[in-house]
Parts: sequence; C-alpha cells; structure tokens
Amino acid sequence: MINPINLAFKNAKEKKRPALLTYTVAGDNTKKKSLEILKSISKDVDICEIGFPHNTPIADGGQIQTSAYRALKNGLKISDVFQIVNDFKKTKNSKPVILMGYYNMIYQYGENNFIKKCKSSGVNGLIVVDLPWPENKGFARKCKSKAISFVQLLSPTTSKERLKNIIKDSHDMIYYISMLSTTGGKLKVTPKQILNNYNKIKKIDPKKNCVIGFGITEKTIAKLRSADGLVVGSAICKEITRSLNNRQNPVTNVSKVVAKLKNKIS
Amino acid sequence: MKLKKKIPLIDQHDKFGFWGGKFGGSYIPETLKKPVDDLTKEFSKLRKNKSFIKKRDFYFNNYIGAPTRFIKLENLSKHLGGAQIWAKVVSDANGGAHKIYNATVHALLCKSMGKKYIVGDTGAGYAGKMLSMAAKKFGLKCKIFMGAKDIKRQKPNCDAMKKNGAEIVPVTTGSQTLVDAVSECMRYWVSNCDTTHMCVGSTVGPNIFVKICGWSTAQISRELKKQIKIKFNKIPKKIKLINCVGGGSSAYGFWSEFIDFPKSQIELVGVEAGGPKNSKLHAAPLSRGAKLGVLHGAASYVCQNNEGQINETESISAGLDYPGVSPIHCFLKDTKRARYTYATDEDALNAYKLLTKLEKLNPSLEPSHAFAEAIRIAPSLNKDTVIIVNSCGDAKKDRDILKKRLGKRI
Repeated sequence: MINPINLAFKNAKEKKRPALLTYTVAGDNTKKKSLEILKSISKDVDICEIGFPHNTPIADGGQIQTSAYRALKNGLKISDVFQIVNDFKKTKNSKPVILMGYYNMIYQYGENNFIKKCKSSGVNGLIVVDLPWPENKGFARKCKSKAISFVQLLSPTTSKERLKNIIKDSHDMIYYISMLSTTGGKLKVTPKQILNNYNKIKKIDPKKNCVIGFGITEKTIAKLRSADGLVVGSAICKEITRSLNNRQNPVTNVSKVVAKLKNKIS
Repeated sequence: MKLKKKIPLIDQHDKFGFWGGKFGGSYIPETLKKPVDDLTKEFSKLRKNKSFIKKRDFYFNNYIGAPTRFIKLENLSKHLGGAQIWAKVVSDANGGAHKIYNATVHALLCKSMGKKYIVGDTGAGYAGKMLSMAAKKFGLKCKIFMGAKDIKRQKPNCDAMKKNGAEIVPVTTGSQTLVDAVSECMRYWVSNCDTTHMCVGSTVGPNIFVKICGWSTAQISRELKKQIKIKFNKIPKKIKLINCVGGGSSAYGFWSEFIDFPKSQIELVGVEAGGPKNSKLHAAPLSRGAKLGVLHGAASYVCQNNEGQINETESISAGLDYPGVSPIHCFLKDTKRARYTYATDEDALNAYKLLTKLEKLNPSLEPSHAFAEAIRIAPSLNKDTVIIVNSCGDAKKDRDILKKRLGKRI
C-alpha cells in the first residue's frame, strides 16, 4: 500500500500542481477550534502539519510563537495534541498528518512512547526542528520501523556533501527551508533563487518529494508552484490572531485564506 | 560516567558533543549547523595557534587586567571564627565581572572569521555590557538581547551598553528574563548567521559555545593557582572553592585548574539561586532535582514540567535567573566531583549586608549567593580550611534592587 504522504503528492502531481501543506498549532486558540479549523481547511489541503506548542521555540517567528503561547495558555497538553489528531483522522475528508515540534517534548514523553502514541492516533510523519542530522539518525530509524516518516530539513546553509547524506537518509518527504530565517520571516530571497536551490536538491534524488516552507504567503506562493509541495504556516497563524482580535470566527477566515492559497497554485 | 584526568573538562565530550554520554550536544535547527560547524573549526584551529594565544593573553593582561586580586577577608574570617575566608576578586576585571573574558574571546573570534556584526544575550546585563565593550574595542557592530524585566532591574548595565554604542533589543515574550533573551538571540542568529557572529553569554547552548566560554573563563583559575602557591607556598590540604552557578561560566572558570585534585583536598561547591524564601519558584536545577531536558541547544538539568515546557524561574539575581545550567556542571554533579546547593534571595541579601559591613568588597547579588554558603559553613570548620569565594561581579548594577531591599544604607 502506498504511504499516505506519498499518495498526497501523487494526487497533486496528477492535477499538475504542488501539494499544499498547512501548518497550524494544535489547540490554537482552543482544542475545539483548532480541530474545526483542520476539518474545514481539509478540503483544500493535501497534508496537514500540526505543531505541538513549546514555550521556548528557538526557530519560530512571532506569528507561530503567538499561536503556541495562546494554545499553552489555554492549557493544551501533549495528550490533547494526540486527541486532536485522532479526532481529525476519524473525519471523512481527513488528510495525512505531520506533527511538528521541538525535541524536548518528545524527550520528556520518551521517544518510544511518543512514536507509539503517534502510531495509535494516526500521525503519518514527524518534523523535529532542533534534532538535526546526523543526531536524528537513531530516532528517524525508530520512526521508520513504525511506518512514520521522519521529515529531514534542509536549508540554504546546508553544504552539498551534507545535502547528499541527509537526502540519502530521508524518508518520504524532505523539507527545504527557503531562506535564513525563523518561520514567518519576510521572504528575503527571490523565488527564483529558492527554486534554484530546490532544483539542486531534486537533482540529487528526483524521486524524493521535496516541499518548500518559511515565508510563503498568498503573494509568493504562485511563483513557487513548480515545487512538489509548499508549506504555509505563519500566514495562517496570523489570520487566526487577526480574527480573534476582530472578534471574528477564525474557522471561516482561515478557510478562506487556505482556499485562496489553493486557488493560486491550481 | 567518569571524569578523565589531564584533559580539560571542556574537551571531555564525545563526537556528538555530549559530556558523560548525555549532557550537552547540539540540538540546533538545520540552518545553524553550518555556522556552528564553521565556528567549531575556527575555534579548534585558533586555540592551537600561538599568535592567537599571544593576542588573547595580551588583551587579558592589558585590556581586562590580569591577574585580578586574591585577598584574605580577615574581618569576615574573624567574625565567623572558623575557616579562613578568601576572595578571588574577579570583579576587578575591566567592566566589573568575569563576563569580559568570554566577550573578548568572542570578539576576537568574530574578527578572525571576518564577520562585522556580533549579537549576544544577557541577564544581569554583564554579558551584554562586556560584549558591547569588546565590540567597541574591536570595531564590531553589536546587538544585545535582554528581557524587558531585566532591562528594568539592571539599568546601570543597560546605560553602559548604550554608551558603548550597542543596540539593546528588549524581549517581551514569556517571563521577559534571560531564558527569553537567549531564545530571541538564537532566533536572530538563525536569520542572520551569514553575516553575524553569536556570543552565548555563559557555558550553555550548543556544545561549541560551552567550550569557548569555558576556555575563556579558565583564566580565573590559572591566575588563582599561581596566587595560591605564592600565598601559601604550596596548595593547602583543605580548600573549598565556592562559586555561584547560573549558567555556570564563572564557576567553571574558577574550578577548571583544580578539577584533577582529589575531592578531599579541594572541594568544589556550586551555589544556585533558591529564589525568594517562601516561593515555589527558583533557578536551581542542580540542587533541587530538576529533570534532564533540552533547552537552547543542549541537554542539561532543566526546570520544567512533565510535558517538557520550561518553567518560569525566580531570583533576585538576574544573572542566576535561568532554568537551565551548563552541561559541564551536570557532568560534575553526576560524577560527584562538585557539590551543588542553593541560597535564597534573603540568604544572599544577608550575606551582602554582612560582607559589606566587614570588608571593603562590594559583590553583586550573584556572588552574594556564594558568600552566603561560605558564611553558612565557615563557623563549623577549622582555621586550616581555606574557603575561597569567587567574587565574580560588582554590585554597581544592583544599586536599585539593593536600595529597595536594604533601604538607604547602601
């Protein structure tokens, strides 16, 4: 059986567009709302990245920090994150889920326990921001043995030699960080430059699905549409914040934003 | 888990950067891998380079001012009536605290890597002040990340930073203290690592920063070892080296030359911030049994909850107000080479009061924690025991807090 993540890319490719990946923080702004958001955007999204919020996030910009603090302030626990995934996966239109977060939470939960829980709640992949290669080899292997994709990250600073090694050890999907930035920074390189680097990665292994993330918004997404997949995170978190500030329903507003994003790459 | 002899502690890690197999490492985003690798290569090259060492020593001697004094606290010793108490007055150093060693070395490294911008975090403001001084000295553009709460409580150091031409970036997330300043500084570095060098203000963070900082502050114990031999003609049979521990940079620097000595001869005592007497919050991960966790790129004992969220800390001393601690102190704790305890805010204030009444010394609230422990144990020890406290910072920065807590007498 084809892995759900690979299937999502295959489906998108058949429609001649990149896969659309969204990032939302579990529990932002409440457990219920974040599940509603997932359910609502699911029709336009190919893969859902769900962040497990940490209160000392060293690689996230302001928007995602705000979302994470909001979720934590509302008392979100790791068990809630798994519950949200579990509930989401039970819905008809659910999509593959990739959890994204920082290593300390996995460490405190216990690597094996964490993976087991991922498996039982239907998580398909994991991104651990502060567990780089080669330190992540052991953990990645454990994930693979339970059919969970460990997503390796690549950045503009990754050397050619390193690129080769990381790609060799990667699973179904790799994630190219578009620029030197935390999440949600203003795009400070041209889409052309990003795609140049992206193509170098694809050349090393054309079969690997490679997504581009960081700094992608409604304005920039169309120019990157030749990639296998594109991740939008901060723009969505920002919309949740904006909606809450204006006392509007984040579910409807975020769904509109995601539909627009989808429209730009279809 | 075992300590090795004749190898500096900062070098006793495995190929992934772990001390004792589990403390330290480099838990960093992929983007920082290259700058961290570049820095690691540069540092390992330079520390073997004779002309670089000569340059370092030149600035240590002529800019920082080496050696700092080693003095007996006659009145305090007499007053307590037990062990003799000495102080290594590291606050004599240019700028008033040990942070100048690390800052100077980082500025030299930044220059030799051809970077023009340097950024750093600060809690008490000393790391920031010193980095701004070193940046000015070596012609670098400097940005300092500091918690908004700390900016308020350590104003004199902020004034100094501004005077040195550094930009202070207030950090308003989380508890608005050192932990948030370090996070924000690391975020800034992620975004600007191609042009900018980052200085971590203590022996914390990814492996290489622990090493650079420890290598820099080790100057303190190199001086002290010579000074002890001059004063006593030999190394006395019973010494206790007492130092406050926040991140742990001054403690490592104070101890590094003495780690190979038997514990029965030279005891290493680290004093953490116990926070207000009746508060549940503290900044004492080692002495109050915090669990191992990952914070700011390294595994160490960390004040955190069961879910791995970092706890808020509380201490009167901004420099010790940090939920994590250096991996090398975790290693020293678990190998039982050093003993760790804590002093409360009140203990530190009382120690400060007694010390300034009896001696011509004005230690900041950080070393006042160490003095509190010295005052506690000295009476029950005999006079052949030599207690040495690292007076690693000057109290000028604490002017406002001391005035508020102790009234007009300061």
